[in-house]
Amino acid sequence: MELNLLTICYLIGSITFILGLKMLSNPATARKGNLVAAFGMTVAIVGTIFLYENNGQKLGNYIWIFAGLAIGGVVGTLAAKRVKMTAMPEMVSLFNGMGGACAALISLVEFNHLSHEIAASGISTGHTGKIIIIALGLLIGSVSFAGSMIAWGKLNGKVKDLSFPGQSILNLIFLAVALAAATYLVLNPTASILIYVILVLALLYGVLFVMPIGGADMPVVISLLNSFTGVAAAFGGFLYDNKVMLTGGILVGAAGTLLTLLMCKAMNRSLANVLIGSFGGNKAGGAAAGGKEQGHVKEINLSDAAVVMSYASKVIIVPGYGLAVAQAQHVCHELEKILTEKGVEVTYAIHPVAGRMPGHMNVLLAEADVSYDKLKEMEEVNDEFKNTDVVLILGANDVVNPAAKNDPASPIYGMPILEVEQAKSVIVNKRSMKPGYAGIENDLFFQPKTSMLFGDAKKVLQDLCTEIKSL
Amino acid sequence: MENILQWITDNQQIIYVVVLMIFVGIEVIGRVPSVLHTPLMSGANAIHGVVIIGAIIVMGQAPTDNYLALILGFLAVVLGTLNVVGGFVVTDRMLEMFKKKK
Repeated sequence: MELNLLTICYLIGSITFILGLKMLSNPATARKGNLVAAFGMTVAIVGTIFLYENNGQKLGNYIWIFAGLAIGGVVGTLAAKRVKMTAMPEMVSLFNGMGGACAALISLVEFNHLSHEIAASGISTGHTGKIIIIALGLLIGSVSFAGSMIAWGKLNGKVKDLSFPGQSILNLIFLAVALAAATYLVLNPTASILIYVILVLALLYGVLFVMPIGGADMPVVISLLNSFTGVAAAFGGFLYDNKVMLTGGILVGAAGTLLTLLMCKAMNRSLANVLIGSFGGNKAGGAAAGGKEQGHVKEINLSDAAVVMSYASKVIIVPGYGLAVAQAQHVCHELEKILTEKGVEVTYAIHPVAGRMPGHMNVLLAEADVSYDKLKEMEEVNDEFKNTDVVLILGANDVVNPAAKNDPASPIYGMPILEVEQAKSVIVNKRSMKPGYAGIENDLFFQPKTSMLFGDAKKVLQDLCTEIKSL
Repeated sequence: MENILQWITDNQQIIYVVVLMIFVGIEVIGRVPSVLHTPLMSGANAIHGVVIIGAIIVMGQAPTDNYLALILGFLAVVLGTLNVVGGFVVTDRMLEMFKKKK
């Protein structure tokens, strides 16, 4: 009876995961979808705690289980509630790493359990399937954990890009040795030390795999690691013949892989390109591409910028990462309102990878109450630039770099960009002339119709608001 | 060869589930707009936290005198909970901002 109830709990879990994911892919139902999945997860977890039994044996160690749930729950909630919207990508990566580590730990404990069993009974055959599952779960979980931690460190600036010659070959060697160790372990289950060899190699592989990847490619990697953790969770489902882990894991593995490919497509890059050729790592290539005569940049002062904008009939704001770090989305909305009151038509042009992840900028602007219909996607806005008087760029760099369109030598060549150079004039707000995420110069800044407005995005926008009001 | 065929026959249910889920996963998010990429990634991230069920089983089956298993199992429960709870809360916070405010 109780096991039947547990089956129902798992069925509810699986259905809500599918439903939740479906609803998450539509703006109107997304939030509800998330809650639906969370509800199913709760049912599956509570069901497991109270109804699970193995050979008539119920679970024990309730104090430990509840303590773990309580600690994880409180820390998780606080971290998720407190994190700044700009730090969202690293938070997602961190939580993803936790899931990967969880899968790896399960494999470790189950393997120890199994090797005790083998040692006690002296029979080492008949465990092939179980050991394959344990080894693969450990391998994928550890890679996902190590990779996510590096991604987390990179996004919050603690870890720098690192690449060296022969890196991808070294990576392949690590992976091959880990797989060889796993194969040997499957054939000789008594060589239990190998499980730790696999663990160490998988962790190293995860670190080296993410180390060279940088810049705009990070979200793609996080999404890929996300689907890895999904697959690792599915191996847990094999291990316990547990359908909800299996469906949830495979679902995320498949959806995550597709999402990864969609993100690559949005940047017009192939996945192989992302994983092998790094944007940021290749400093020499970037310098060579920007090696032509740079000319000098033209600066504009605040009051001129205020005048230009308030007498324009159409202004497009291009928000970038500079706006995000300065937390300037609220002032930006303020500026938009003041300009609109003066009769200026103001819209926002959102590059698919503006901010740090696809959709990140929309989230930031939505936080500041910017109306949804003012946000224009790249495809619809690119034709509008030629009828635009002023484009105000707030800390965006690579996504407006014309080199992506007309310089085949540039590392970002082929990436779709916002074609701001078609507008009548361009004002670029940056803190310095430092290149952006991709580490390459931007010709746009040296063009005659571009003027630079240096300073922190928040401060500059505040001053602009004051200036325009006093006009 | 025979082993493999036997394995497929023995596990056909699971294989069917895996194959179907792959198609469902792809089908379900086939037409997601790019603005939802981040929340969707985050939501999927919370869903794979279902691995916590494995952690609970490991923890609940650990012998009370096996401290290594207890500690690793406990860590697994904590990390899995972080993944689930943190993932869903972060996703909700992101999506809350998409709410239409008039």
